Amino acid sequence: MAVADLVTLEQDHVRFMATLERLRQDANARLAFLLDKNGQQIAAAGELEGVDPTSLASLTAGNVAATDGLAKLIGEREFSILFHEGEHDNLHINVIGGIVILVVLFDERSSLGLVRLRVKKASAELGTVVEEIVLRAEARRASALGSSPFAEITDEDIDALFS
Amino acid sequence: MTFINYAAREINCKLVYYGPGLGGKTTNVQYIYERSAQPNKGKLISLATESDRTLFFDFMPLELGTIRGFRTRFHLYTVPGQVFYDASRKIILRGVDGVVFVADSQEARYEANIESLRNLRENLQEHARDLVSLPYVLQLNKRDTPTAMPAKALAAALRLGDEPVFEAVATQGVGVFESLKATIRRMLLELRKS
Repeated sequence: MAVADLVTLEQDHVRFMATLERLRQDANARLAFLLDKNGQQIAAAGELEGVDPTSLASLTAGNVAATDGLAKLIGEREFSILFHEGEHDNLHINVIGGIVILVVLFDERSSLGLVRLRVKKASAELGTVVEEIVLRAEARRASALGSSPFAEITDEDIDALFS
Repeated sequence: MTFINYAAREINCKLVYYGPGLGGKTTNVQYIYERSAQPNKGKLISLATESDRTLFFDFMPLELGTIRGFRTRFHLYTVPGQVFYDASRKIILRGVDGVVFVADSQEARYEANIESLRNLRENLQEHARDLVSLPYVLQLNKRDTPTAMPAKALAAALRLGDEPVFEAVATQGVGVFESLKATIRRMLLELRKS
């Protein structure tokens, strides 16, 4: 493949979850949600009731990508923060390390200022984990020692999916 | 870019339906949505204009079961086919793992097919991808139309290599799942190599 696959391990997930949960509490937010720029959900902390996470991920990625396009159109590299204000609920969206997107859903119990403040700290922590994931992927590719569980997929495995 | 999540034991792949405007990309995805059992599919999202033309994309997640202990999840996207939505098409191709090219068999749409395929190859290049290494399937849709070109001639004009070719009537579901399965098969086999 021309583009490296994104592989997250159990220990990455634990660190993502710890940061997201703390962010959610510190920012008094309903939900802290992490996805990659292609719209795949990575981790979430908080109230997912009534929110379809797969749709949230794909629409957020589309939104960020479209806004990226707008930024380039006017000569900006990117718009790193998006904010959508609703009557009751609001979305704060920011890109971390050019690879993942952090979404914070909050209502009148919090404020944009508080969310921005807490997101800044959480983004630095999440960015460190993302960096490690990228470095690990590069090392794996360079050493060609990747032990992917899919290296031995058989035709029978694939047929079984459709049976 | 396939996303493998070891914590959730799942693998996510992105499949894009590409092709000229009004060629049947959305109809393909709608048919898959209608015929898939409830636990296996998520919500179908259509970002369309008031006249039901795709404005940004259609999206549906589809889960097919486990492979080597990992849940396999496929994210199906369509692109807007109309020529002036090229910026949107480029965005949707980001991180793509497999492509179904939905060609319109009607003679009058021959040039549109050629142009759309050229556009696909050009846009993939911007993501450093190409149709030779990317899992790719060619679908000849609208085989039931009175002005449909002979399948052999259309395939000869659009086929790039050894990609599978399927004749389809997406409104009736003919060839829809065949195209999907062939692309998924190719995507999973590609994982073996990566």
